[in-house]
Amino acid sequence: MAFLEISNLTKSFGKTEVLKGINFSIEKGEVVSIIGSSGSGKTTLLRCLNFLEIANGGTITIDDNCIFDASLHKKLSEAQKRINRLHFGLVFQSFNLFPQYNVLKNVMLAPTLLKTGSKEDIRETAEQLLERVGLGDKMDAYPCELSGGQQQRVAIARALAMHPEILCFDEPTSALDPSLTGEVLRVIRDLKDDGRTMIVVTHEMDFAKSVSDKVIFMADGVIEEMGTPEDVFDNPQSPKTKAFLSNTKF
Amino acid sequence: MYSFSEVSLVLLDGFLVTLKLFALTLLFALPLGLILSFGSMSKFKPLSYLTKLFIWIIRGTPLMLQILVVFFVPGMLFDNPIFAQNRFLAALVTFVINYAAYFSEIYRGGIEGIPRGQYEAGQVLGLTKTQIFFKVVLMQVVKRIIAPMSNEIITLVKDTSLVRVISVIEIIKAAETFQAKGIIWPLFYTAVFYLAFCGILTLLFGYIEKKLSYYKN
Ligand SMILES: Nc1ncnc2c1ncn2[C@@H]1O[C@H](COP(=O)(O)OP(=O)(O)OP(=O)(O)O)[C@@H](O)[C@H]1O
Ligand SMILES: [Mg+2]
Repeated sequence: MAFLEISNLTKSFGKTEVLKGINFSIEKGEVVSIIGSSGSGKTTLLRCLNFLEIANGGTITIDDNCIFDASLHKKLSEAQKRINRLHFGLVFQSFNLFPQYNVLKNVMLAPTLLKTGSKEDIRETAEQLLERVGLGDKMDAYPCELSGGQQQRVAIARALAMHPEILCFDEPTSALDPSLTGEVLRVIRDLKDDGRTMIVVTHEMDFAKSVSDKVIFMADGVIEEMGTPEDVFDNPQSPKTKAFLSNTKF
Repeated sequence: MYSFSEVSLVLLDGFLVTLKLFALTLLFALPLGLILSFGSMSKFKPLSYLTKLFIWIIRGTPLMLQILVVFFVPGMLFDNPIFAQNRFLAALVTFVINYAAYFSEIYRGGIEGIPRGQYEAGQVLGLTKTQIFFKVVLMQVVKRIIAPMSNEIITLVKDTSLVRVISVIEIIKAAETFQAKGIIWPLFYTAVFYLAFCGILTLLFGYIEKKLSYYKN
């Protein structure tokens, strides 16, 4: 069985069915890109994986361990949600750093509150992560003093500090000035080289093509097409994929 | 005739009552307001409606009327004039309830103004709801509400003069004892006390605002 298995995941808001049965799997160390037009359910899928939304149907299995089965867990307790969340990390489009804390404290806050290690270890890890994303010299700065690209790199370090098995990105460069997207994409590329397992929702097609092991094209709440970047970008089968790609600039 | 220093001492006595009412009102109304704000934001609708009804009544009627109601109604309804012996307590109870209602609306505005992304960022990191409130949200709320709070607190200083309707001898009531004897200037002199105290509060809030200005939201 694959490292992460999503099977038959469904999610509705009231009467609107936003995810209509999502199936895919990821191996450890793989990078999966999700592309698709606005409203196709990409964000909702990531939110279900991070238990910000609770899926109405389907299962989520990590390492042969079923962490979520909608038929069993009609209502998850807060504690259960928190345990499940720790498998995943999420980097938001809008960074969502904590404005009152400096960069180092942003990264250290969750590990410190959740006591993932000794104070010294947590600090050391945080400093290493910030070095890794190229912000070793900004640890004392406050988020409002940073560029969007720098803020997003802090957000990545903050997510990594909780040692998620799978790191999700929801359009990590969409809120950035085009000149700043490069530095964030470079960090994600570095993380791939470190062997991180990642799911990246993105509109950066060149990036998706070059960094991904697998590309998922979503349309209207279903996975319309899935395959290697070559399959999906160079030889798309579905008319919807073809239409989407021809409307997207490279 | 009364000398300036004699008058000053009498007014100071009254002003100590004013200060005591001010400080005790803050002590109880600040936390009670937070509880009320949670009530009015509750997802449990009956609780939220009930709290909002309560806040509407308190904010929709004059504070002076509320003082009279708290002072007289227990005696009329239950034949138990608990406050007859302790007018100050009646005044304090009214002020705490009244100011808690106003504070709760300020808190609610501050809490609801925090972007949802702040909560979600805490959630995906695995924090509990309590940790998110105290470690992520609260300080941002304080920064947001410091200006409306300082306004409300300065209003409180002057509202304390209303308690003379039930003959609590705060500074204005103290000055009125001279007025009854035909001496009016002590009444005007009370302004100096208010101005000095509000001046100190203004400086204090300015200091806190400056302290919190090290970051922008
Ligand atoms: N909390 C919600 N309540 C009701 N409808 C929602 C909610 N969240 C999302 N939706 C709806 O679900 C659909 C999918 O939204 P989603 O945000 O997942 O799309 P997306 O693929 O991420 O789009 P985009 O590229 O614009 O970010 C949309 O039609 C949206 O209006
Ligand atoms: Mg989205």
